[in-house]
Amino acid sequence: MISYDDHLMTFTSVDADAGLKAALGKKRAEVLSEVEHSGLKGRGGAGFPTSMKWNLCAAATGAEKFVVCNADEGEPGTFKDRVILADYPDLVFAGMTAAAYAIGAIKGILYLRGEYAYLRKHLEGVLARRREANLLGEKIGGKDGFDFDIEIRMGSGAYVCGEETALIESLEGYRGEPRNRPPFPVDTGFQSRPTTVNNVETLAWVTCILAKGAAWFQSIGTEKSKGLKIFSISGDVETPGVYEFPMGITVAELLEKVGGTGAKAVQIGGASGHCIPASQFDRAIAFEDVPTGGSIIVFGPERDMLAVAENFMEFFAEESCGQCTPCREGNEKLLEGIELLKAGCCSMKYLRELCALGETMQLASKCGLGQSSPNAFLSIVENFKDEILGRTPETV
Amino acid sequence: MLVTDSEQLRDFIRAKADLYGRDRSGLMPILQAVQERYSRITDLAMQEIADLLDIHPVEVYGVVSFYSFLDCEPKGRFIIRLCRTISCEMLGKERVARQIENDLGVPFGETTDDGLFTLEWANCLGMCDQGPAMLVNDQVFTRVTPEKVQDILEGCRKTFVAHVSQHREEHA
Repeated sequence: MISYDDHLMTFTSVDADAGLKAALGKKRAEVLSEVEHSGLKGRGGAGFPTSMKWNLCAAATGAEKFVVCNADEGEPGTFKDRVILADYPDLVFAGMTAAAYAIGAIKGILYLRGEYAYLRKHLEGVLARRREANLLGEKIGGKDGFDFDIEIRMGSGAYVCGEETALIESLEGYRGEPRNRPPFPVDTGFQSRPTTVNNVETLAWVTCILAKGAAWFQSIGTEKSKGLKIFSISGDVETPGVYEFPMGITVAELLEKVGGTGAKAVQIGGASGHCIPASQFDRAIAFEDVPTGGSIIVFGPERDMLAVAENFMEFFAEESCGQCTPCREGNEKLLEGIELLKAGCCSMKYLRELCALGETMQLASKCGLGQSSPNAFLSIVENFKDEILGRTPETV
Repeated sequence: MLVTDSEQLRDFIRAKADLYGRDRSGLMPILQAVQERYSRITDLAMQEIADLLDIHPVEVYGVVSFYSFLDCEPKGRFIIRLCRTISCEMLGKERVARQIENDLGVPFGETTDDGLFTLEWANCLGMCDQGPAMLVNDQVFTRVTPEKVQDILEGCRKTFVAHVSQHREEHA
């Protein structure tokens, strides 16, 4: 495996144990307020404030609470969580332990995607070492009444399980079909107990924040998007890989750093994200402008954007869980539309209908998968009409 | 004493149920263990698991059919999963795919006659900076080229032969 230590300056420099120790030296409420002051938002892509999840979970009543780490990294173009788990697992486990301390949880579960099964042995080894060092188990760090341990559970190849309620369904032994919300996992989660589900990277940042202080994290980024972010960069760039950049970096700045200038478009946020054409490269990567879980796929001048859209729609047509109609049928219809465009026989009228269908899916789908699956299609149609209309089949 | 295959399967499932708990949340780990050991989850296995967890076998089937890494049908000893997502596509997964098909003599979705290889597509394997990527069972291969395909397949065959001869020695 490639090491990205020189790209991930913060993760390389922070001592995970120091972060956890700092947390255990504080009162529970102080840990919660530290995370709140940092302004940290979920790094899986949705950008929900981490402290809000924790506060709600801490306030929920119930003897048993759970901390779940979402390591079901399945968004096309995302691989940062794989690197974090392989190279900085202590940051993640320390973050889970700090979360457990803050909300009063007794058990943690790392839900690892089946595709990363080769990481399991390594992670089990890290957990064993942490148990020996009294960083897990009973009276963690000598703190009376703080018992917590972490178990690894495997996924079995379902993208939708990255959605937190589907993930919980999977943990409970059911099909990974998202639940209606409310109730939210913070009060009715795993086995109907209060549960906080956080992304791998989010938990690693929690440890860094506890070690370096909320003020440090809060001072980086934009007003609405605080701190640093790990990006997974692939596609037509000179140096693909994982990178640490501040939130609010513009697409152009990012391309400069990874050797991707000259790109004609960048897909930000994976298959469920948006396709940004070169004319908009001055936009900022932040929750208030172009949000992302960290997936950046760069397309050079020669790339066929219709083929890109086709690849994404094939992905969603297959990964839709089939539970709700807009997503199940809509993704198939959009994919059929792309086939028509490829064959050069899609009328403008029909293309408009497909776009309207995409907007309906965004509104009417039950979970984030269906709500975001038309994004790529819509943004490619909007920005690359010249390229996709009136094709002759031979040019495909 | 002669132990039949089905008795062996039952014992295996019971042991896993004791390990992971006989409630519904133990279902996934039990299924994953059966899948790993037997490369498929048969009707008999689903019935046995359902009995142990006190649920209807259809509930178990519903779960098995949902997840792409759980199979009812027999699969090959080595399941090859080539990533078909965009970054791997841009790095040339199509030619790798064609070469694997050429070398194995079966198209994607099928198993070789000798029962050794099953060829499948996978969605993003999280190796986008090092594609084309593929999984062979739990092992990941990156920057796969058409030329490397033959070596990877040979490696699998050798592992299998070594495994079989070790098995024979143990039971000699």
